[in-house]
Amino acid sequence: MVELKLTKKEAYMQQSMENIKSNTPFSEFWRKFKKQKLAFVSFFFILFLIALAIVGPFIVPYDIAEPDYNNVLTGPTAEHWAGTDAYGRDIFSRIVAGTQISLYVGLTSVFLGALGGTFFGLIAGYYGKKVDAIIMRGCDVLLAFPGILLAIGIIAILGPGLGNVIIAVAIFSVPVFARIVRSSTLAVKSTLYVEATKSIGAVPRRIIWKHIFPGTLSSIIVYFTMRIGSAILTAASLSFLGLGAQPPSPEWGAMLSGGRDYLNIAPHVTIFPGLAIFITVLAFNLLGDGLRDALDPKIKD
Amino acid sequence: MFRFIIKRILEIIPILFLVSIFIFMFVHMIPGDPARLVAGVDATLADVELVREELGLDKPIVEQYFTYMKNLVQGDLGKSLKTGRAVSEEIGARFMPTFWLTVWSMAWAVIIGLLIGVVSATKRNKWQDYFGMFGAVSGLSLPSFWLGLMLIQLFAVKLGWLPTGGMETWKSFILPAFTLGTGVAAVVARFTRSSLMDVLKEDYIRTGRSKGLSERKVTWGHGLRNAMIPVVTMTGLQFGFLLGGSVVIETVFSWPGLGKLLIDSVAYRDYPVIQAEMLIFALEFIVINLIVDLLYGILNPQIRYE
Repeated sequence: MVELKLTKKEAYMQQSMENIKSNTPFSEFWRKFKKQKLAFVSFFFILFLIALAIVGPFIVPYDIAEPDYNNVLTGPTAEHWAGTDAYGRDIFSRIVAGTQISLYVGLTSVFLGALGGTFFGLIAGYYGKKVDAIIMRGCDVLLAFPGILLAIGIIAILGPGLGNVIIAVAIFSVPVFARIVRSSTLAVKSTLYVEATKSIGAVPRRIIWKHIFPGTLSSIIVYFTMRIGSAILTAASLSFLGLGAQPPSPEWGAMLSGGRDYLNIAPHVTIFPGLAIFITVLAFNLLGDGLRDALDPKIKD
Repeated sequence: MFRFIIKRILEIIPILFLVSIFIFMFVHMIPGDPARLVAGVDATLADVELVREELGLDKPIVEQYFTYMKNLVQGDLGKSLKTGRAVSEEIGARFMPTFWLTVWSMAWAVIIGLLIGVVSATKRNKWQDYFGMFGAVSGLSLPSFWLGLMLIQLFAVKLGWLPTGGMETWKSFILPAFTLGTGVAAVVARFTRSSLMDVLKEDYIRTGRSKGLSERKVTWGHGLRNAMIPVVTMTGLQFGFLLGGSVVIETVFSWPGLGKLLIDSVAYRDYPVIQAEMLIFALEFIVINLIVDLLYGILNPQIRYE
């Protein structure tokens, strides 16, 4: 009991100290965010990945497409840090060059999904009634196809390819964002300042974009970051299944799929692209967790 | 309770109806002429017309839907374009392997996930917590197909303890079930931790402690029981991810289940099979969600009287 009281008091004091120091919402967020050490490190790692995605193809030590039949399936050496694949291509160079693809697919697909989901969520939450019912039933139908299945169904219609993977992952992110944005819209809609705006005669479009949308932004940002990791995973899985990027593309999932046949003689062909996917997705997930704790502690998983 | 069950069952009917339309429309959403696609690239014009008639694509769309539904109710899902056998037969043979794979994956994932979650919540901010939660976020970030291949490389190729794939003995279940359950165990662990931490702040926990109950009784008896309610819902949703994940894992382990059939069918553009598979997966997911909902009502009496 005593211990509990003390910690509560301490927490309160800390809180008030923080209140004195804080001046803008951003600096307050930044201070909270810096405390999340793993997320902070992940943030800089992701910045590094983005830089690598831009300059990667120009700085790699080997040509990523040129076969070298004198060096087929050699393990990691001083010249080839991650070994070579079945065509003698340098795996390290291909992984670096592939960063671009994974980040591009992850970011664009989630961005498109968030855009669509935010739009539908805001409209459903603001107008309610029939509009809400129609949009939410649509979401239910899309969510009835669990996880990657909807994406596979969409690929079955559109045909394999990286562009179609982006569309598929975007579509299956739409209902997730729509639900989240709808529930934050409902919460923001009933606040006093939105009522005040309504009573001075603002049109719905203005209320939605100028007053409700900013209120939903923090949960959108948190989910955006958390979805990127799973979007990269889904895209890599689809490429692994032969439905996404096709060889000779240095997409990580496609590289991994190519290494399957040599699992017993050259496991490094499979190990390194998988590690690249794992570390990248881990960084986005850790960043998402940190942002959630700093921005919106109400969101759980 | 009876009224609650009926109400929940009635609620899924509109969803079922919409899902059936969505799946029916599936073939119609293919860009271009579905009959030509189904018939194949080197089919003659007469062949294409024959396929069009066989699929009923020449009739008005509403009539097509009713024919589709009538056949569906009678268990007729059409014929596989690849093997020519009835789709219901193809799928029937593949259902149980996937079912058992998901059940075993779920079983270990829930048990281990719960344990990690409880330990992390009770040892908050100690090394056990950091270790458990870092393990969980790593489990969430692992590409399952990569994990599967690494396990095959280690336990099947190098050590020779377990088979590389297929479904012959109970040993064949170990690697795929472990791989498939990892992500779910991670989610269950994270969710149990946060749910239990919320519950442990409640007044009745303090009451339990102050009347001298052991910490173990407070955690497992009072805390976990109440923390379980949201965890059950979350776990039900994870079943969906297991069904989706099984598609990838079955391909890695050459598992004779629905997931592998789906990927083979997509590669072959075997639309009747793809259509039926989407239906089965959606139905399974809807039914599981219904069961979870009912379970939720049993665990939490408040819900029943809303």
